[in-house]
Parts: sequence; structure tokens; C-alpha cells
Amino acid sequence: MRVAENLNAALHGLLDDDPAAYVLGEDVLDPYGGAFKITRGLSTRFPGRVITTPISEGALTGVAAGLALAGNTAVAEIMFGDFATLAFDQLCNFAAKSVSMYGSRLPLRMIVRCPTGGGRGYGPTHSQSLQKHFVGVPGLALYEMSPFHDNREVLAAMVERGEPCLFFEDKVLYTRPAGQAGPLLRVRRDGDLAVVEPVVPELADRPDCVIVAPGGTAHRAMEAMRSLLLEEEIACRLLVPSRLYPLDAEALLPHLGRVVLVAEESAPGGAWGAEVAHQVHQRAWERLRGPVRLVCSRASVIPTAAHLEREVLVSAPAIHRAVREAVRRAAQEAPRG
Amino acid sequence: MTETMTGAAAEAVTGAAAGSAAPGTAGPAEAPAGPALSRLADDDLDLLLLIRHFELTLLRLYGRGELNGTTHTCLGQEYVPVALRPLLGPGDFVLSNHRGHGHYLARFGDAHGLLAEIMGREGAVCGGVGGSQHIHRDRYLSTGVQGESLPVAAGVALHLRRAEPGALACVYIGDGTWGEGAVYEALNLAALWDLPLLVVVENNGIAQSTPTGAHLAGSIAGRAAAFGIDHHPVVSADVNEIRPALAPLVARVREGRPLVAEFRTHRLGPHSKGDDTRPPAQVRAARAHDWYARYAHDHPGHLHPADERVRARVEEIAAEVAARPPSRWSPCA
Repeated sequence: MRVAENLNAALHGLLDDDPAAYVLGEDVLDPYGGAFKITRGLSTRFPGRVITTPISEGALTGVAAGLALAGNTAVAEIMFGDFATLAFDQLCNFAAKSVSMYGSRLPLRMIVRCPTGGGRGYGPTHSQSLQKHFVGVPGLALYEMSPFHDNREVLAAMVERGEPCLFFEDKVLYTRPAGQAGPLLRVRRDGDLAVVEPVVPELADRPDCVIVAPGGTAHRAMEAMRSLLLEEEIACRLLVPSRLYPLDAEALLPHLGRVVLVAEESAPGGAWGAEVAHQVHQRAWERLRGPVRLVCSRASVIPTAAHLEREVLVSAPAIHRAVREAVRRAAQEAPRG
Repeated sequence: MTETMTGAAAEAVTGAAAGSAAPGTAGPAEAPAGPALSRLADDDLDLLLLIRHFELTLLRLYGRGELNGTTHTCLGQEYVPVALRPLLGPGDFVLSNHRGHGHYLARFGDAHGLLAEIMGREGAVCGGVGGSQHIHRDRYLSTGVQGESLPVAAGVALHLRRAEPGALACVYIGDGTWGEGAVYEALNLAALWDLPLLVVVENNGIAQSTPTGAHLAGSIAGRAAAFGIDHHPVVSADVNEIRPALAPLVARVREGRPLVAEFRTHRLGPHSKGDDTRPPAQVRAARAHDWYARYAHDHPGHLHPADERVRARVEEIAAEVAARPPSRWSPCA
């Protein structure tokens, strides 16, 4: 099953299980079924609870908040995550505040889906990974779709939180198979965390480098893991959390080694990886051979032409090089403490 | 915005500095403007006075440095939520804004809880976290960002239309709010989806310090018309006139016909604390429209005893709330 089908099935399941659940967004009705077809079939099966909206990201997010305020579960789709900027006030100043600024907790069951990221030639305003702009807002949780997390579970976790959640969905991931780690690697789950390791147990147990990546970057990280293994004899472990913020850093700790690297598609500067690095430094500094390394896309707009876009976005070779460099540097440094 | 404040703002509104005979009157200089007001029901008058004295008390407390932060009083606009009060039921949602004390008091009559909220004292409606402009209680919610509440109200109205037909969402906005794009996105949805949405506009002719003529092209009526939404202008400050005229229109809102009810009103006080830069003549003109001064002129025998009684009650409330221990809260996000 492809990830898009898994997500579509998850939305069917959510609407089926919860008679007070709504899905709304632009062009989400059948036969169109959303720009990325994630809402396909929903409006036919649940007429009246799947609502198409005008091109009004701010308002549709506000409507989702209003539905949640009145006790419903609301899932809003922002057609391209780039347009979540138009909903920032509703997310940051209304929904995230409302759960906590009235003295006692006011639960809001609200998910805002954001198809995210590049690699499909949509150009500078339809390809960004804007997760970092939403990091650190109390009362606003960030999740990212991953090939290793069943979306029905993830949706349930977001609903269960009772606060507005942004769900970042890497667009390239939609067409990938769900749940598979590919050659040489295997995946296991430790709670919320997906752990990807070499199939060979000796390599899995003592990785040279631990990579932390959100779901959308996982395939590039795994491609790098394979080339590192084959070309450099460097073994890596990949950690993919479903919830990006607030980050459960404690859950990472048992899986960390002496070299840690965060890979993500965001432009550099105040990125999610910096938050991960800080959390890891606070808890595991003495175990590290050096500071957590960050691998991002380049500090650039995202071009449309495929050959130019490839130059900008974080890639498997970039992760490969960064891991190799980090492992070499660590080998040169004296062990800490 | 920074403001400095003395008791002058409160005095400017009450006219006390000008040496008027009765504290809380509009001052001796201006003859009341507008036609004679009809005699109010006792409970309406009491509620109007409760809001008036609540707001005056706030300004005095600020003047004495006893309140933290800022506040926006609705002096001069008290009759708007009072006129609406019996037209709204407990099943209706009310979304209020930064100038919302009157809206809250008209719904709950709870001066203790609101003052405790503003003063950060025990018994505060929201633990002292929200303060003057962020209040939530049952189906009442206020928030401080202009225009933001309209899409939320549309979402609430969508819920009501489906799950609780006959109930409505009422959202209070000002003339200045019409500068926000969120207003138009929400009006579009309200009309498209036949939402039971009542938009109450308190057009007091000024957005903070900017006169309506400098921030609003065309008219609010024209903007409502652009969406095919009914617009009802309210020029009167007479609760007994406003209410029956609005009643059938509010009933139509409940059937899914959204309405913009525009009250042309007057803000007597500063935007927040002591930041009134209007020329004195403009302030005097606003005060000449004050329902309070007009009612004192038209019905002195009704007003003054009630005024004394309510003023004393609010003073008692203020003293009682001020003596309470600080509110307690632990961060819960």
C-alpha cells in the first residue's frame, strides 16, 4: 500500500469512527478528491461532513477551530503547506492560545494537514518545508507523516492530544510504499519512534552514526545509509519520530550513539534540527564525540527546473557526505569525559 | 503602545473634574443630543449602569496603579449588548473582542468574576490568565486579535446549523475590524453556507486613534451587500426601540440568514487607558450622544436612585475583589 492510500484510509476511518468529525479544505470533494487525492471518496461516503471551501486558508483554519470549539473533530487541508502562512494567526493566536489562555484547559480536536516539501517541480512557493516556523508555539503540536507510522494511529494521537496539530506530509512520500525500509535495512518501532537499522545485527547494535530525520526525509536518509554501508563501511541507525514538536527527546536517548546528525529538508536557520540538537546536547552531551550535526537544504529559494531543484534540496548524497565527515571527525577526537 | 494614565481619563468621562452635580453624569457643558429616550425597564437600566460603573471603576483603578496591563472600556456603548441580551439564548455562542466587558456583563452579570479576572484575583473567570480581552465561559469567548473571531464564529455557526438548528453565533466587531481580510473570508462563508451568524458591529467612529473616514472606504452596508448579506443600521441608543426592530431579524439569522447589525455608536473614553488624542470638541460631541446623559435629562427620577444604588454596589464589589488573594494558575500548555 502506498502512503497516500494509507492516509486516505486513515481519514475514512476517522470519519467513520467519529460522527462529529469533519474534513474541510479546498477542492476536497469528489470526483476531484483534493489536489493530491488524499480526500478521495470521503465526500461520497460522508456527505455533509466533508466540506469544500473557498480559497481562504485563514478562514478555513478558523472554521476548523470553530468546529473544534463546538466539540467536533476538525481536519483541515491546506492544499500546499506553503499556504499555512495564511493561517498563522488562526493557528498561533487563536487555536494554540485557546487551549490554554482561558485559565483551564479548553480541548480543541483539530488537525491541519500540510502537503509539504519539494522534489516535484512546483517551484519556490509550492515546495517549502515550513515546519520550523511553527516550532515552539505552546499549545501547537507538529507531526510529520512517515513511511513507518500508520496514519490512522497518527491521526488518533493528534486527536487525543486535544490541541491543534499541524500534520506535515511530504508530497514525494505519497507515492512511496508504506512500511518498507528497502534493501539492507529493517525497521522496528519503539513507541512513537521508528528505528531503522542495518539487517546485520552486529552493525545494527553499534552504529557509527545515528541520524534523526522526520518522515519526509527518511527515504533520503536510508539511501545514504545504504551507500555509506556499501562504500564507506559506515553503519547508521535512523530515528524517525512521528511528533516533531514537542519533541520527546527522552525517547531518543536509548538509541543515540557518539555521533548524531539531524537531516531535514528545511532551509537552514532556526530549523527543527537545531531544536533536536539542543535537546540532545542537554541530555547526552557527555556521550557525544562532537555537537549534533545538522543537514538541511541550501539557503535558497527552491527552483522549479529539476536539475536546479536537486542542487538546493537536501539529498541522499548530502547526507552521505555529512555522515562521513562527522564520523571521520569523531574518530580524530579524543573521547569525552 | 505605551500609555500613561492618571485619573483624568475617568474624570473626563464622568465629568467629575468639571464639577458636575452628580458623579457619573456627562458633565454640565453639553446639552444632550438626540430625541428623547423612552423609559427603560428596571433590569435594563440596572444592567446599563452596572456596565457603566464597572468601566468607570476600571479607569479609576488604573489611575491609582492598581491594575496591570491595559484595558478597553465600552463607555458609551453599553446599550448595545443590553439591547441584544434577551434576543440571545444560552444555546447561542457569543464571540467578543478586546472591548468586551459589556458583552460579558450583559450575558452573565458577573462583575465579581470579571473584575477578579482583570485584577488577577481569586475567583477570576479565567484564572487571571486571559485578562480583560481573553475570556471564556460556557458559550462565551473573547479574544484580542481583530477579525480573527469571524472565521471561528463561522465554524461555530456551521456546527450549530447542523447539530443545534435554531441556535446562532453572535460575533462582536468594531468599525476598525473591517480592515482585516479575515472578515471578508468569513462573510463569504456565512453567505455561501447560510450560516446562523449575527455580526454585531459597534461602529464608534474611531479605530484606536484613526477616524473611520481615514480607514474605511465605502461603507459597512456596502460591504455586507457585496456578499448579499442583510445589513441593519442602528442609529438609536434607545434599548426599547432597538430591540423590537432587531428581534425579527435575529429570528431570521436563526434560520440561516446571516446579518450584519451595525450600531452607530460613540466611544466616550480613550481607546485603552489614557490614550485619547481626539480634539476636545470631538469628545464633547461623543458625550452629547451618551445614553447616560440623555437618560439623566429625560428620566432623572428613574436614573438617579438606580445610579446611586448600582454605583455603590460596584464600589463594594471592587473593594471586595481587591481584597482577595492573587489568582493561582500553573502553566497548562
